[in-house]
Amino acid sequence: MTAPFGRRLCEVAGNEATGGYRIFSLLDREGSAPEPGQFYMLASANGWGEGGGRPYLPRAISVAETAPAKDGVRLDFLVEGVGPGTDRLCELETGEGVWVTGPLGNSFSTPKQVNPDAAGAILVGGGIGIAPMAIWRRHLVERGIPLRVLLGFRNEKHSGGLNELFCAGETLCPDVRLATEDGHAGHQGYVTDLLVTMLAGDDAGSAVVYSCGPPAMLEAVRALCAEHDVACELAMESPMACGFGACFGCAVAKPGGGYMRLCVDGPVVRGDAVAEVAHA
Amino acid sequence: MPDFCGIPLAHPVINASGTYDAIAARRVFGDELLESFPFSAFVSKTITPEPRAGNKPQRIWETPAGMINSIGLPNKGLEGFLAEDLPQLAELPVPLIVSVMATNREDFSRMVDGAAVRDEVAAIELNVSCPNVHSGLIVGENPAETEALLDALRPLTEKPLIVKLTPNVANPEAVALAAEEGGADAVSLINTLKASAIDPVTREPALAAGHGGLSGPAVRPIALQQLRTVTAVTEIPAIGMGGISSGADAAEFLAAGATLVAVGTESFRDPNAGPRIANELETGVYQASSRL
Repeated sequence: MTAPFGRRLCEVAGNEATGGYRIFSLLDREGSAPEPGQFYMLASANGWGEGGGRPYLPRAISVAETAPAKDGVRLDFLVEGVGPGTDRLCELETGEGVWVTGPLGNSFSTPKQVNPDAAGAILVGGGIGIAPMAIWRRHLVERGIPLRVLLGFRNEKHSGGLNELFCAGETLCPDVRLATEDGHAGHQGYVTDLLVTMLAGDDAGSAVVYSCGPPAMLEAVRALCAEHDVACELAMESPMACGFGACFGCAVAKPGGGYMRLCVDGPVVRGDAVAEVAHA
Repeated sequence: MPDFCGIPLAHPVINASGTYDAIAARRVFGDELLESFPFSAFVSKTITPEPRAGNKPQRIWETPAGMINSIGLPNKGLEGFLAEDLPQLAELPVPLIVSVMATNREDFSRMVDGAAVRDEVAAIELNVSCPNVHSGLIVGENPAETEALLDALRPLTEKPLIVKLTPNVANPEAVALAAEEGGADAVSLINTLKASAIDPVTREPALAAGHGGLSGPAVRPIALQQLRTVTAVTEIPAIGMGGISSGADAAEFLAAGATLVAVGTESFRDPNAGPRIANELETGVYQASSRL
């Protein structure tokens, strides 16, 4: 399914605080429903680049959840204000306009598409990277595929989205485990600590790992999976001006040399298809 | 309907080289891209004699009203381009301009020869923002180098040759005149302005290559002035570009003597910016710029 050509104006349907993050929703009357892992290029219609200054370029934001809506599709995005673009997205008010291009990029493969012997999935999300794990978790649950979800946050301030994206009623979904670096919830430490334990288990080899999060975490996930010979798909991020293959900014190094463009060759990439997840 | 070097075009808005990959865009947007193609002619990314992987990331950096890029001309090389990309670009509903670059005259000749013999190619743009390995001089920064290159390339084809001018010189009009003297059919300007960004915390350059080229509305007044100085002294048509993001911007460039305008960075923000700008130009629906 291709994206409608060009950008289109969508209306903000809501914007709520969730911990240190925000979840805002757009009503998309033209595009098809996104697949898990896909992203959109977003820029508010007002207060974005006109008259100079920043933000100037649209921001690539992965979709966290979607649902049919009257006259279209509802798109939910999880954002944390970390700069002029995401700060502006955090301020969106219901009824205002957002320029939208997408859905863009590829999507996650089912465990059996990755490995015909795979029986289940392990989802590893960190920080704002829990967003694509949420929509992917729902798709896997709907297909009856066994899964475990490991989510990590730095601290309470840099966390959010659990109630909206990973809860059944009042409580966290039973398949979800938490790790926080400050220990305010769940295991105190990295989410990859939980992955290490899980990969040491007997049935780890029959799982496929899916992950999204900060580059250092993704690299740890990639290396752990390589070490345990477990296939993984990583939803990656890279500086991106356009989202449709035009700017060549989102280069990611391939193992054999050369680069891929993350916007059109990703953002979901097999762990063995990247040289290393570059991180500071 | 503009006529550009004998090529009739539906409107005066084309793309800047290296800012639109029509093949990738067709994968993303489907054939809707062809049905309403955003430009009246398509300029390819610059092709070099051999394949290039491009620069290490970080490649782009947002700046006030613009961005710096140091992409490094990733491309499949002449053979790969002719075999794989050209047949796909030939399916576009508009004339095709192929951008080429090389670091010596022999290779440049091979590039022009290779592209010119193909019927799919309507015109060739020469990216001269590169050193001549023999002299060490950036061709496009030096009038004599530019004229000598045109002397070598002009006899190879009757197809229009467009010289892409660099803004990183004190007198772009001298280079433009040299290009005209050497037989160029047109000039296009501006290329990006040399620029850099430094992370204030690490004090390291933001881009892996250290520096890059600035584009976007931030460069528009500079581009406009360079266009004015060039069109004041040359007879050949000029393609004006540099931060154009609306019909009003395009109107400024046409008023400064451009025959066509090219859209680059704005397409990153709006993949369908071309028709919007062309339509604003045609209807004249834009406001005079305010002094307040």
